[in-house]
Amino acid sequence: MSTSNLHPGLNLGDHHGEAHEGAETIVFGFWIFLMSDLVIFGLVFASYLTVANPMGMAGGPGPEDAFDLASIFAQTMILLTSSLTFGFATLAMRHERGRAAIARWLGVSLLLGLVFLSLELRDFAHMIEAGAVPQHSGYWSAFWGLVPLHGLHVAVGCLWLMVMLAQMATLGLIPVVKTRLLRLGLFWHFLDLIWVAIFSIVYLGGLMP
Amino acid sequence: MTDALFGRLDLSSLSIWHALQDPTPSELVAAGAAMAVILGGLGVLVLLTWFRLWGPLWRDWLTSVDHKRIGIMYCALALIMLARGVIEGVLMRTQQAFGLDGGFLTPDHFSQLFSTHGTIMIFFVAMPFIAGVINYVMPLQIGARDMAFPVMNQISLGLTATGAALVMISLVLGKFSTGGWANYPPYTGADFQPGPGPDYWIWAITLAGIGTTLSGINFAVTIYKERAPGMHFLRMPIFCWTVICTSIIMIFALPPLTVAALMLAADRYLEFHFFTNDLGGNMMNYVNLFWLFGHPEVYLLVIPCYGMFSEVITTYSGKRIYGYMSMVYATMSIAVLSFCVWLHHFFTMGQSANVNAAFGIASMAIAVPTGVKIYNWIATLFRGRVRMTVPMIYAVGFFYLFTIGGLTGVMLANPVISYQVHNTLFLVAHFHNVIIPGVLFGLLAGYHYWFPKAFGFRLHEGWGRAAAVLWIVGFSFTFLPLYWLGLHGMPRRSPTFAEPSFQPMMWLALFGAALILSALTCLAIQLWISIRRRDQLAVPLGDPWDGRALEWSIPSPPPPYNFAVVPHVTARDDFAEAKAAGRAYAEPEAYEDIEMPNNTAIGLIVCVCSTLMGVALVFWIWWLAVLSLAVMLLALVGRTFHTRNHHVIPAARVAAEHRAWLAKVQAATAVDRLQETHTRNMGRAMPERPNRTEAAE
Amino acid sequence: MSFRQASIITSLLGCLALAACSGSGDTFLMPGGPIAAAQRLELLKILGWTMIAILPVFLLVPILLWHFRYRNSAARYTPDWDRSSVLEVLMWGVPLVIVAVLSVQLFRTTHALDPYKPIASDNPPLRVEVVGLDWKWLFIYPELGIATVNELAFPEQTSVALDLTSDTVMQSFLVSALAGQIYIMPGMRTKLHFLADAPGRFEGENTQFNGTGFAQQKFRAVAMERADFDAWVAQVKSDGVPLTAERYAVLADASTGAEAQKRMAAEGLPEGVIHFSSVEGDLFDTVLHRYMHGTPVPPSAQPGAQEYDPQTEAGEPTQ
Repeated sequence: MSTSNLHPGLNLGDHHGEAHEGAETIVFGFWIFLMSDLVIFGLVFASYLTVANPMGMAGGPGPEDAFDLASIFAQTMILLTSSLTFGFATLAMRHERGRAAIARWLGVSLLLGLVFLSLELRDFAHMIEAGAVPQHSGYWSAFWGLVPLHGLHVAVGCLWLMVMLAQMATLGLIPVVKTRLLRLGLFWHFLDLIWVAIFSIVYLGGLMP
Repeated sequence: MTDALFGRLDLSSLSIWHALQDPTPSELVAAGAAMAVILGGLGVLVLLTWFRLWGPLWRDWLTSVDHKRIGIMYCALALIMLARGVIEGVLMRTQQAFGLDGGFLTPDHFSQLFSTHGTIMIFFVAMPFIAGVINYVMPLQIGARDMAFPVMNQISLGLTATGAALVMISLVLGKFSTGGWANYPPYTGADFQPGPGPDYWIWAITLAGIGTTLSGINFAVTIYKERAPGMHFLRMPIFCWTVICTSIIMIFALPPLTVAALMLAADRYLEFHFFTNDLGGNMMNYVNLFWLFGHPEVYLLVIPCYGMFSEVITTYSGKRIYGYMSMVYATMSIAVLSFCVWLHHFFTMGQSANVNAAFGIASMAIAVPTGVKIYNWIATLFRGRVRMTVPMIYAVGFFYLFTIGGLTGVMLANPVISYQVHNTLFLVAHFHNVIIPGVLFGLLAGYHYWFPKAFGFRLHEGWGRAAAVLWIVGFSFTFLPLYWLGLHGMPRRSPTFAEPSFQPMMWLALFGAALILSALTCLAIQLWISIRRRDQLAVPLGDPWDGRALEWSIPSPPPPYNFAVVPHVTARDDFAEAKAAGRAYAEPEAYEDIEMPNNTAIGLIVCVCSTLMGVALVFWIWWLAVLSLAVMLLALVGRTFHTRNHHVIPAARVAAEHRAWLAKVQAATAVDRLQETHTRNMGRAMPERPNRTEAAE
Repeated sequence: MSFRQASIITSLLGCLALAACSGSGDTFLMPGGPIAAAQRLELLKILGWTMIAILPVFLLVPILLWHFRYRNSAARYTPDWDRSSVLEVLMWGVPLVIVAVLSVQLFRTTHALDPYKPIASDNPPLRVEVVGLDWKWLFIYPELGIATVNELAFPEQTSVALDLTSDTVMQSFLVSALAGQIYIMPGMRTKLHFLADAPGRFEGENTQFNGTGFAQQKFRAVAMERADFDAWVAQVKSDGVPLTAERYAVLADASTGAEAQKRMAAEGLPEGVIHFSSVEGDLFDTVLHRYMHGTPVPPSAQPGAQEYDPQTEAGEPTQ
């Protein structure tokens, strides 16, 4: 075998030497971190589900008063596409297509992430106008505890992406930068996964008659 | 009335100010504690300056990423906090002993005491002590040079220290929560406790909790990825197995606590309605989230202590652990079951009988693997050669008292009994009865067992025995009477009581508390005397107890790189096997350069910034909160641009150090176990084989 | 060493057991009704069954420690012995069997003693609504139209059916000699049933910490003969005052029973006890639903909160 898989997910491959071997421990650790983060999201989802009912809405606005499905669908598509472009960046790194190719795909992913965030912020502004604020009910508290938590993760992901672009420029594609990109990739795909759950449970579930 | 510069912090936040205004006994006690914190802090600063220790402190400790030094710092933090926790416990016992007449503390002060006592004992004594021992011992036992993530390890310590610092600061500024260690809303919500108290709890717990999650990740990855060649999972010492279980619990059980605490923070700071009475808030969610953490948490604490007892009992019986596979299965099943029983903390919330029965049976099921473990330890004694050293005295106390705690645990697992004794002193007696003999005795046994490894000299035996006996007897007097009081309906957290027949039991408990306080004093004296006589107690060769696992095969204290050459493991209890086969202390064929991580100040920066952020959030000093968070994040990101983080220790130096030590080992006379606690014991053990007894038969 | 410890601990336990038998009342160890009696029996059964697993530990530890002490060169030493199939089966099997037996027992009693389950009795059940306040108990008798503070009277041999809620933070209701506890939470209704075999006086209390007056939040539960109970109801009707919204607002302010008694000027009653001859509207329902209407309850209208103001509160009609 020319390549050995040292950790779950996409491996750099033996031709990356130190970066590939170093990834074993560090990417494994990041998987464990993601499991822990997943527990956090799972619990926030569970809390959301306990109050997604008339009791939790306490007579205030409900999901149908505040959600804009068209915008949310657009956000979903944008975020999913960004995952795809990040995947291209990782493949470019694995197959050593050069810094510029990697940076280009990373740039596209960053741009999509930022567009997602601005659309989400615009939605939030509309919700606040519609009175769907956390101070209004247990339901909206749970919503604002869950969806912006994902948004915060995306924002952190974008910052991380910018830092990585800076490190690629200053440090070059040294092994530690490669393993960081691998981890950022996992993080980015993980956020997609969470968003799929938010989209189905919170938005579609909330708008279901 | 919040100030832009100081938030809601003003002169009246100082507890000393209150004592000047209103010198009642309660206020004086509070002010005395505040003065103790301030003077203690200043005293440390003066001593450090006087003895010119700032340099060594900075170089060798605060910026160190060595798992051994980090482990020792965790333990030191735990012992300091233990002193405060025990004093608070004794104060509460004293208050209740005089509680028939109203006592000397105000109910409000008493409620702060039980809140800080619980919070400190769980989060800032038991957890750091365990993290400390794991940090120190686990990499040595699996033959690793350090943790998988040494810098993250330092950051975990920094965050734990932040939590402890916030609880200490609450003695001086403002007051702590009065909602108990579980801090149930709505009582801790903004309506009922608008002051800074619950906010202290929230930030101390959240920050320390994040540190613990990171520790869990670190421990797990270290065991999964950093084991020495040949150290298969089923060759690891039982302690390492318990560390796996505990780190799994840390990774999965700390998030619910973080979530619960941050939701409570959202309620308090931003008028969310997660747990409020009105507008669809639901405090039952908090209770579920908290115990979803809280129950695995107690197993997080006790499981590594099972591991410590396993090490202690096998070593001092001179035997392999009985039923290794049983131990592994039992430990794992406890870890898994611990996630399935949280509801037994609130059988009384009005669920259906089916739900209660299911959780009751699951809780009781934990008694099976726990029982198996106890039997395994007892079988380990069988046909061994048992030495009653200090750790074994703790183990005996554990056998008796923990079994009683297990019995009352089976009672409490039954909803029908829980309806009666839930929230009473019976419950208080029960969890002290498992946590003190289980966790604290385990830790103290581990402390005596591994101290010579860490510092190169043994702890004084006599004072250690006195402390151990005082702990066991003191525990029995303090907590066994509480069972009786609880069965008679005395609620926990009561500053006073009206029933005269409770009085004698309260006095017994106070007597016990005095014994525990003297046990703590004995431990302090023991440490002092041991340091003074460190030359007579020295065991630099590294194996004072005829140990069985890898940590005993290296010098005491170990070099920064732990192993001159990474060992190749061929069996369980590899070092014991090597000694028996006469292949211990062999010189390796070749030495190699060793790459070790550089020191860094990042953990300290995180600690200072997050402490400032915590205080700022508690007192609504928004600019400081934002500033300290920004500095912390910048430091963390900035560090990632720094790539030269390692230094190399040349093979020649390693070889010289190792050969010098081997020469000393060869020159030393091996001592048998009769001289274990004698000055002659330099840390080279004479192998114990059954020949002598076979001949006697 | 270990023998001494063992003897200390066993003698201590002995003392505890003796004390438990001879202790004062107000505990399910001296039950006043069938529920508490069954709970005591359950406790003893568990004690008995677990002893099968526990006594070997207590006996074997000192024996093994003594026999296999280091200096006893006559004892066998087998450092490599580490398993035995027989022992393994016993070690896992015995606790498993005990837990299985206790599980069946647990399942049955948890259903039989479910606090929500009405108790069969020849007499018609008595309904009482309980509102937990800081730091006192309000008992409303909806069928009799009266209410009391800190005094829960009921006829003997009669099933008492409690509906409970809180108008402040969470509390836990316990009359140990009669039945186990149940939480009471704002905006939520829990239920509890008990029955007293004979006339008697039992202490009731809150066991969930809720502030500075917590330790004073006790009440008297009094089981009476039927005729005495009827007389007591008549007396409450004659000497009590009506429980109006204004009076309730004062009652709901954080204070102990004794303090509230003073503020209400209810004289001639035991400490902390207040009698109300009538209750305005469906008070229990009002309290229960104030948190579920979807209207905010600001601190000034939240009983038990530091900023609670009985004046504002009384202004709010009881709908």
